[in-house]
Amino acid sequence: METLHSILPELIRIIVCAIGGAVIVFGNALVMGYAERKLAGHIMLRPGPMEVGWHGILQLVIDGLKLMGKQLVVPKNADKPLFMIAPLLAFAPVFVPLLLIPFSDKLQGFDLDVGMLVILAFASINVLAILIGGWGSNNKYSLFGAFRSVAQNVAYEIPMLISLLAVVFMTNTFSLRDIAAAQSPVWFIVVQPLAFLIYIVAMVAETNRAPFDLPEAESELTAGFHTEYSGMSFSLFVLGEYANMFIVCSVATVFFLGGSSGIPLPYFEYTGALWFLLKVYALMFFLVWIRWTYPRTRFDQLMNFCWKYLIPFSLVNLLITVVVVKLI
Amino acid sequence: MNVEALEDDRHHRFVLNMGPQHPSTHGVLRVLLELEGEYAMHLLPVLGYGHRCHEKIAEHKPAKSFMPNTARMDYLGALIYNQGYAQLLEKAAGIEVPQRAEYIRVITAELNRIQSHLLWYGAYLLDLGAFTPIMFAFDDREHILDILEDVTGSRLTYCYHRVGGVSKDIDDKFVSRTRAFIERLRSRYPMYEDLVNGNIILQNRLNNIGELTPELCARYGVTGPLLRGTGVAYDIRRSEPYSVYPEFEFEIPTETKGDCMASFLVRYRELEQSLRIIEQALDKLPEGDFMAAKVPKKLKLPAGDYNSSVEAPRGELSYYLVSGGSDVPYRLKVRTPSYSNLSTVPETCSGMLLSDVVSAMGSLDLVIPEIDR
Repeated sequence: METLHSILPELIRIIVCAIGGAVIVFGNALVMGYAERKLAGHIMLRPGPMEVGWHGILQLVIDGLKLMGKQLVVPKNADKPLFMIAPLLAFAPVFVPLLLIPFSDKLQGFDLDVGMLVILAFASINVLAILIGGWGSNNKYSLFGAFRSVAQNVAYEIPMLISLLAVVFMTNTFSLRDIAAAQSPVWFIVVQPLAFLIYIVAMVAETNRAPFDLPEAESELTAGFHTEYSGMSFSLFVLGEYANMFIVCSVATVFFLGGSSGIPLPYFEYTGALWFLLKVYALMFFLVWIRWTYPRTRFDQLMNFCWKYLIPFSLVNLLITVVVVKLI
Repeated sequence: MNVEALEDDRHHRFVLNMGPQHPSTHGVLRVLLELEGEYAMHLLPVLGYGHRCHEKIAEHKPAKSFMPNTARMDYLGALIYNQGYAQLLEKAAGIEVPQRAEYIRVITAELNRIQSHLLWYGAYLLDLGAFTPIMFAFDDREHILDILEDVTGSRLTYCYHRVGGVSKDIDDKFVSRTRAFIERLRSRYPMYEDLVNGNIILQNRLNNIGELTPELCARYGVTGPLLRGTGVAYDIRRSEPYSVYPEFEFEIPTETKGDCMASFLVRYRELEQSLRIIEQALDKLPEGDFMAAKVPKKLKLPAGDYNSSVEAPRGELSYYLVSGGSDVPYRLKVRTPSYSNLSTVPETCSGMLLSDVVSAMGSLDLVIPEIDR
């Protein structure tokens, strides 16, 4: 009975967090799916979805139903277990980082001492999903997409991590809540502009979005790693992509944009989440904006940019940070 | 990566079948790529998926009624194909075309050229992964299609230039709309230059890719913007003037490097030159007939060989007709520019990255029905 009393609150907490995570994942996919199509439309001088509901607001609901009703086609010579696991593996790990994100002072699933490392670890499982999905499809285009994705994601995780480390050295903690709280007078974007820029570039590459969308470069590789996927297995990849966008933008908000800090509102320990979401969606808008503006880079240029510029600059930035922190 | 060192080691290679259904082959072109990693070591274009025997059809019906077929060869340069064929038959039958008809032909053909270049501009950037410019280019292109639809009756596969003139006269509405379009396209240049041409990613993707030399172009018979990109100012409108082109002032844009960026810029600048031609033609537009008075119903072509060349959006288009003396040609040979341009691909693209193959093939501005005619 004693143990139950100690376990029960935690159990409820876990269930609430899991439901909250699911709400965020699906809600974000609905909002971003619709927003991206609308924004892309207006950038391209067309109205975007208009037919289903007022200004096409129910378009994503209908699309979701359509995708659920579709047949899951497994290619004839595909590696079936891998082919089926890959979408799940792309989608499932996104829940863990969501638990660790401090949406406001009190709205946070768990605060771990190693929060940042857990987020990065779970965010990189996505690479594995793309690799086995591309390999399991038994399609040459998918295989190319998978190879590109692995090289790209592994390379860009390095500057991403190093640019975040600069902030960690300043705050002496991996805990996301403490990092967010440490920015009460000035946000770290002011103190660490270079780290922020490097993080933003690495963030676009990590989420495989244009201009770094080489794993799914449609004019070269038809649809890249998800060429053979259909129905829900395809939409799980998309859900995973939007959730990953949300996570990397949240990390940027926590590390550089002051987390939930902003103009105080009543019940700020909860309503701070509004400011947090505003910052996250501003970054997401930026991601959508550049996607529909720029052409795609070439693969060797992408890798050169990482190894020749981003990694050295992030190391220099880290070194300067360390020296300054030590002196002060 | 040293590409030459890999040349001997064939064990790691596999063949990628690009097309006939592939987003960047723009039609039913199939290219077999022998890949070493992401490097395409050998390329083999496979043609014939859209072959419709146009040249054989020409041997089986009166020469005059072959006119609609010419539009189906190059659906983007339909009016220019019309013009070339009409000139051929006029040359063979000795028909004098009224001056006004020649002017109308030049105006519509240049509008058609702009339309083709705008479509290429958007589609090429789509190949390079930029989704938005195609919508801007199509927005402009739509105006041309509307203008031409009013006067020709169709939007893509025109049959407007006829033997002896054009099928319908242009009116004041056409003139004012065309002038408005000229204004509009000129006002859009700064936007295109900001959004696309000056983009660092685009420049990195296009500079030093798919370099052609004048010698290579001569060997394969490459013409059009690709040849002008290597520094050779060869344009049929200037080198073998036809119609009323000698009466207009325009430049032949050239670049020297011969890479994808060179042909990109040449095509982009040709938009302005075409606008200049249209502007001058509208200013000088003479009054008179739009159709020759005496065009026989049954057009007898005197026995002999006839040739007519025009500058199509993609290069030199030549019709070569052998007549046995009846109204049905003995043989018609069409020399289409894309066919020659495509044949450089195995030589210029081997050893390239897959992404560069896409940009190099895009810069050829291929229209597949013109190759598989």
